[in-house]
Amino acid sequence: MWRFIGYRLLQAIPVILAVITVTFFLVRAAPGGPFDSEKAVIPEVRAALEAQYRLDQPLLQQYAAYLGDLAQGELGPSFKYPGRSVNELIAAGLPVTAELGFYALLVAIIIGGVAGVIASLKPNTAQDYIPMSVAMIGICMPSFLLGPLLVLVFGIYLDWLPVSGWGDIPGDKILPAITLGSTYAAYIARLSRAGMLEVMSQDYIRTARAKGLPEWQVVTRHALRGGLIPVVAFLGPAFAGLLSGSFVVETIFQIPGLGRFYVQAAFNRDYTMILGTTVFLSTLIVLFNLLSDILAAWMNPRLRAQFREQ
Amino acid sequence: MALLEVHNLGVSFVTRNGTNKAVDDVSFSVESGQITAIIGESGSGKSVACYSLLGLIPQPPGRIDGGRALFGGRDLLQLGERELRKIRGRDIAMVFQDPMTCLNPYMTVGKQLMEPLRYHQNVSPADARRRALELLEEVGIRDPESTIDNYPHQFSGGMRQRVMIAMALINEPQLLIADEPTTALDVTIQAQILQLIAQLQRKRDIGVIFISHDLAVVADIADQIVVMQKGKIVESGDRTGIFQQAQHPYTQKLLSAIPADSKHSELLPAEPLIRVRELCTWFSQGHKQPPLQAVNKVSFDIRRGEVLGLVGESGSGKSTIGRSILRLVPVTSGQVDFDGTDVTALQGRELKKMRRRMQIIFQDPFASLNPRMTVYDTLAEPLLLHGIETRKTVAQGVLKLMDDVGLARHFVRKYPHEFSGGQRQRIAIGRALATRPEFIVADEPVSALDVTIQAQILDLMQALGREYGLTMLFISHDLAVVRHLADRILVLHQGEVVETGSGQELFEHPQQDYTKSLLASIPGRSLLQ
Repeated sequence: MWRFIGYRLLQAIPVILAVITVTFFLVRAAPGGPFDSEKAVIPEVRAALEAQYRLDQPLLQQYAAYLGDLAQGELGPSFKYPGRSVNELIAAGLPVTAELGFYALLVAIIIGGVAGVIASLKPNTAQDYIPMSVAMIGICMPSFLLGPLLVLVFGIYLDWLPVSGWGDIPGDKILPAITLGSTYAAYIARLSRAGMLEVMSQDYIRTARAKGLPEWQVVTRHALRGGLIPVVAFLGPAFAGLLSGSFVVETIFQIPGLGRFYVQAAFNRDYTMILGTTVFLSTLIVLFNLLSDILAAWMNPRLRAQFREQ
Repeated sequence: MALLEVHNLGVSFVTRNGTNKAVDDVSFSVESGQITAIIGESGSGKSVACYSLLGLIPQPPGRIDGGRALFGGRDLLQLGERELRKIRGRDIAMVFQDPMTCLNPYMTVGKQLMEPLRYHQNVSPADARRRALELLEEVGIRDPESTIDNYPHQFSGGMRQRVMIAMALINEPQLLIADEPTTALDVTIQAQILQLIAQLQRKRDIGVIFISHDLAVVADIADQIVVMQKGKIVESGDRTGIFQQAQHPYTQKLLSAIPADSKHSELLPAEPLIRVRELCTWFSQGHKQPPLQAVNKVSFDIRRGEVLGLVGESGSGKSTIGRSILRLVPVTSGQVDFDGTDVTALQGRELKKMRRRMQIIFQDPFASLNPRMTVYDTLAEPLLLHGIETRKTVAQGVLKLMDDVGLARHFVRKYPHEFSGGQRQRIAIGRALATRPEFIVADEPVSALDVTIQAQILDLMQALGREYGLTMLFISHDLAVVRHLADRILVLHQGEVVETGSGQELFEHPQQDYTKSLLASIPGRSLLQ
């Protein structure tokens, strides 16, 4: 098992290195620089700034220096927030985004899982079509449409929930979590439906029925575990996607998370911030993928045994 | 009064393409303390008839058209799901065909075993566990204390079927329905399981319905035999009656399909086409572990035109030998001469040329045919690849092959899934013959087929063998099937040759204990003598 994990982590290194390299040269290839703002900067000041941030050096040298810093865990100083390092900015934004992502994932699992399982029990009937059509809408509806819609209905017409903020008023975390989680809920519904349908057609389900177990026990005791393995394998990529895709929701609901820093950094040509966040998020994605793969393998006794032996 | 009396049972499946009567006016009865065998090909309605009694047919598309099934004074067909559920697993229990897929892979064997007991009776966990251990012991699981908490994948196929049987018996049912319980197992294991079922049945004096496609399997244990074809009962009666005076042509056909006739070795040239010397094929099992010695120092010759049978249980290395000769697996050491050339030394172009002269037919024709290629594509590919036909003549070549293997020409644009198992195997044989090979490895070519189809395919292979002048290595776990076709038989056990001889020699004077045990486990042996 440790060999497997070690192998996967080793595999991740060239992937992340490629991400860094591509991002590094892409942001620099984009027109404009961090100090090309609306106000004209005196040439001397500009030269001093560029020297301070090593922008006057040849590109390859900058690249090597960045990799050197990175090896020590340093993501460098932010260009737009003087005096603050990218590490600090990520540390400030991450907890908020992680919390939001976690709630969204919870929403996605509960709503998606239940809908998918219910749909799978009576395939090709109304019980299947209705949740699955809703799921299709969930996948198609972008969060910049769903968010304001939810705000309009629950925040303004019904006046049940706050329209924005994060942790200020009780209940202000509900709408963002639902908005962010809905797309993933839809994916999970489809995955769990497919997984359950597959398992429910297995011979051992017939065995369970032949034992005289009532249908709900057949589903909960015999089918759920196998049927939900694809969902578990999806959780890793889903959580990574929630973290890196939270920008729109954070903007709609005025949430001070990582996503907003990320997008602002891109507008500002804040090279180190863009790079730092990208490196950080891609590392997270690799880790979460690995984690959910391990978890999914662990749920299958046969793979678990192979795992232990390795 | 009989334990179960089924009168005029009818079951249909309603699909978009119309109504299909799966079971039509079927009546039979099962007495306590007797085994009633229901025999028929796949699709004859034998399983559907039994499943419908327990409400295990999904409705829709299934529909019970009528009839009565009296069990303990009640009509099972009139009971609601709630009442049926109380009977299922408690009064009537089932054992299914494939023990590999019928146990839940995510649950320990012990948990699955105790489930019916805990659900139907108010038993404490400790008592349930004690009962489960007793039963595991009774069905022949060694050291149940240490294996009860294992998962199904840690058991062999035969052991899993024993677990299934224990699970069915844990509530001491009055009626056991066994649906092809030995079809997925090796012959030796099959014999053990048959014996176990018969022994448990006698001890408990319960009724058993034994569903099978193979008359030979039930020959030794059945009291009553019901023969079904296309949803109807064509003949029924007690065992001796059926075996001695079968009236219906279908029953007679089933009886004659039991492979039994010995083959007379003809005069063959002495010079061998294939010489295998000290062949070893080992597989690595990960580091730090000794390699798996699948084939160990095996030597034999196959003369030109000869059919050599290779017999052994799964894991005996018989398939590996076939694949080693064709270089489909890397050979560890030893020599394989084909027409004077050492095959193990060939590379690249030479190997490709040699492969054209040697072909293989696999057990599962569905898995080995590309599902996205039509029959035409499948057969045309090797013809063109090896330059046997040109683009202009290839269509003629394909049709000639289809004629040879007995496939109607209008099937040429169909895909594998549109064919039955037997037809698919004909396609696979056609593909193997396309390159005009001199040598064919037939790896369990009939094991996945019904007996009557088996007999047809064996006849076809025999005829084609003569017509094409083929040399054949015929691999099977089933001695009876091999004897039907082979001039000489090699018995293999754990990667080594145990015994060699003609079919007759082996059958009448087996020298080794292993061969004797293989022979003893041939189903329907009492019939042959």
